[in-house]
Amino acid sequence: MAGGDTATVPGTPQSLARSRPRYGEMAIKAILLIAALVSVATTVGIVVSLLEPTIKFFGEVSAVEFFTSTDWGPLFEPPHYGVLPLVSATLITTGIAIVVAVPLGLASAIYLSEYAKPRVRKFFKPVLEVLAGIPTVVFGFFALSFVTPLLRSVLPFEIEIFNALSAGLVVGFMIIPIVASLSEDAMSAVPNSLREGSFALGASRMITSLRVVLPAAFSGIVAAVILAISRGAGETMIVYIAGGGQPNFTLDLGQAMQTMAAFIAAAGSGDVPVGTVDYDTIFAVGALLFVMTFVMNFVSARLVRKYREVYE
Amino acid sequence: MAVLSTPRSAVELASKGRPVKEILFRTVLLASLALALIFLIALLTFVLTEGWPRLDARLWENMPSIRNPEIAGAQSAITGTLWVISLTAVFTIPTGIAAAIYLEEYADRTRWYNRVIELNIQNLAAIPSIVYGILGLGIIARTIGLGFSVITASITLGLLVLPIVIIASREAIRAVPPSIREGSLALGATQWQTIYRQVLPASIPGIATGSILALSRAIGEAAPLIMLGAVSFIRFNPDGIFASYTVLPIQIFNWISQSREGFHVLAAAAIVILLLILLLMNSVAIWLRNRYQKRW
Amino acid sequence: MTEIGTPMANVTVRGPEAPRNLEALDPVFTVSDLSVFYGDYEAVREVDMLIGNREITAMIGPSGCGKSTVLRCFNRMNDLIPGARPAGKILYHGEDLYGDHVDPIEVRRRIGMVFQKPNPFPKSIYDNIAYGPRVNGMKGKMDDLVEQALTQAALWDEVKDKLKQNALSLSGGQQQRLCIARAIAVKPEVILMDEPCSALDPIATTKIEDLMQQLARDYTIVIVTHNMQQAARVSHRTAFFTAEVDDKGVRHGRLVEYDETSRIFTNPTDKRTEDYITGRFG
Repeated sequence: MAGGDTATVPGTPQSLARSRPRYGEMAIKAILLIAALVSVATTVGIVVSLLEPTIKFFGEVSAVEFFTSTDWGPLFEPPHYGVLPLVSATLITTGIAIVVAVPLGLASAIYLSEYAKPRVRKFFKPVLEVLAGIPTVVFGFFALSFVTPLLRSVLPFEIEIFNALSAGLVVGFMIIPIVASLSEDAMSAVPNSLREGSFALGASRMITSLRVVLPAAFSGIVAAVILAISRGAGETMIVYIAGGGQPNFTLDLGQAMQTMAAFIAAAGSGDVPVGTVDYDTIFAVGALLFVMTFVMNFVSARLVRKYREVYE
Repeated sequence: MAVLSTPRSAVELASKGRPVKEILFRTVLLASLALALIFLIALLTFVLTEGWPRLDARLWENMPSIRNPEIAGAQSAITGTLWVISLTAVFTIPTGIAAAIYLEEYADRTRWYNRVIELNIQNLAAIPSIVYGILGLGIIARTIGLGFSVITASITLGLLVLPIVIIASREAIRAVPPSIREGSLALGATQWQTIYRQVLPASIPGIATGSILALSRAIGEAAPLIMLGAVSFIRFNPDGIFASYTVLPIQIFNWISQSREGFHVLAAAAIVILLLILLLMNSVAIWLRNRYQKRW
Repeated sequence: MTEIGTPMANVTVRGPEAPRNLEALDPVFTVSDLSVFYGDYEAVREVDMLIGNREITAMIGPSGCGKSTVLRCFNRMNDLIPGARPAGKILYHGEDLYGDHVDPIEVRRRIGMVFQKPNPFPKSIYDNIAYGPRVNGMKGKMDDLVEQALTQAALWDEVKDKLKQNALSLSGGQQQRLCIARAIAVKPEVILMDEPCSALDPIATTKIEDLMQQLARDYTIVIVTHNMQQAARVSHRTAFFTAEVDDKGVRHGRLVEYDETSRIFTNPTDKRTEDYITGRFG
């Protein structure tokens, strides 16, 4: 390269051509692109790692049995491969979690976005951040050792040591920050002119929040809820620790249940021999969980893009 | 107008039934936040009181034991966590920053493949961590053949938190004003010189904050490692990247699974250690964010 | 402020479609039939002009008339905007600036630029000046070079005792002079200035204008400005641009008139120029 002191002499300029090709620049760009492709490779890796054993699994087990039978016991003799107990357990614990997280998270979001003074925000935002940063194994411990005994002592009906209720409740508190922070983002994106218009008509802050801000932020809030559902459905440690390890096709929240994620963890931690149907079962359930959460994330991302397009 | 004339007339103008509903609504909102706070306080208090009797040097001086909770410690788990997280940082931080630079500074967003990369990162951030365990098990441990080792755990956790590093780094890079890039390019700097000498130094605080938060997520992660051999009973510190290992959250999980109460105390004590590590990391991240926050 | 006479009869004017090119120039840039596109949109249409060596050329006109767009073609800064594409020719000392062999980075090393808003790097004053030479391959200490550049930019006396201080601590006017010093430090032949005083107060503006007069002894300067008085005060030649709507209803920037500054301001040949400088438009 030309040195900094090579002044160009007016009238006799050197050519503007490149003194030599910049291989370094090109190499760097290539390296950076490769780094970005690592994320694509991750997705491909996940799909490949799920696909092959799943196909093998459905070579051995009929899809009809897998999706319709309510009997799950791949490690029993004779084995049963009905995934419905795992799916129902997943839906139940996620359902409980949503019942906790949506009202609490949404109310928190409304408060933070529409009511809170900066000082109050400064206090509560970190609370939610800390809640979001607590490892799930810690929540699991809390659910099993604190929440379950508490429920057993206050509830009028009988619940087991491992139960869906306690696991679901704690998952609910775990996903409050997701609902709250994403909903708050959506509400903050609502232009102030809408609020002012409502205030100008004499509406109170409550009416404005409920009738103007919430509807305007609706797609963003739905996106937040869907993402929270997806997060709850994929949650492993809490349900594995507090929900128990028995597949159980029931609606009784006081009983132990095994969710899909908990099954994957339980079966994956044992020494299941590679190449057996049992081993492939882990991947088949994993594939189902992946597809379910993928669809939810996809829908959620679409909704977020929608509200961004409207207001930004 | 009447409202503006005297405060008294403003009071008269206020409608009758509304304030009660308003106050009630506001109280319910605040109560929801308070409930989250109470939950958090209850959790921390419970863990601290439960673990207090065993919060002593035995925890980091002794190795795990399945028989005797009195002498059991978590040393192999603590060193294992250090090994795994250091290696995770080595994998994921450079890769994440490089990917972020590519997406912010080089990628032409009108190209379909760049949009695919972006969408893909968004989606990866929301995939359940247990699914990463399946990736680690099926591809990294078995197909590539790295087995149940520190390096398998690190790569898996690295991929799990990579989207966090990328997203945080992109935000930090985007916050550097375009006028800085223009100024540099107008002086005849190449694109990489501009990035390396101007954009990166200016965005390092944001990148560092994001990276620390990503690593603290990885430190607490247990689900994928359950499938990657970390649950086995390990009574020694790892001596290399191909060594067997366990980590703190998994050790905690193991103790929780024990039926004897003594192990639950031990679990709670180890949780306190884990939370202290996380608190330390997050404090550093917040300090960095506040210390180097730039106003352009 | 300026008195407008009727156009003198003996001036040959070829009309706005082909602004007269001034002869007796030693052209640094020869612009012929230049149009600039952003995607399908033609932002500037068919500009012809010559930029004289060691002269100050001002480009004036209302917003959206394409003057900055043209300026940014001179050092190929427009390359950085996705979809931006020039048509026509810009010759730099006879060499096609957009030729296939031309390296835009080499172009920017020869042709410096100062921006609308001062944009010092968030580094020390010293490092701001040393940055250009360093990225151009110069190593080691460059105290002399820093002093020289700052002196030329009339900033040395103000900052010589605080070279290690962050450049962002300077006032806006000082920052802009620092940016000029930074551009000078790579020893360019041309300095492009894109409304360099628009963010500055009148006193700082006067300092920059004085500085431009001095720099014109060594450098060719092209300045885009909103401020007609500024063009009148500092420049040797002035190009007046305006935005025109064509038959299809699309706006394009056009070069209306290009002449010696004194003539543009006292005796413009085009009605639109006259309207603009008398304040009847824009």
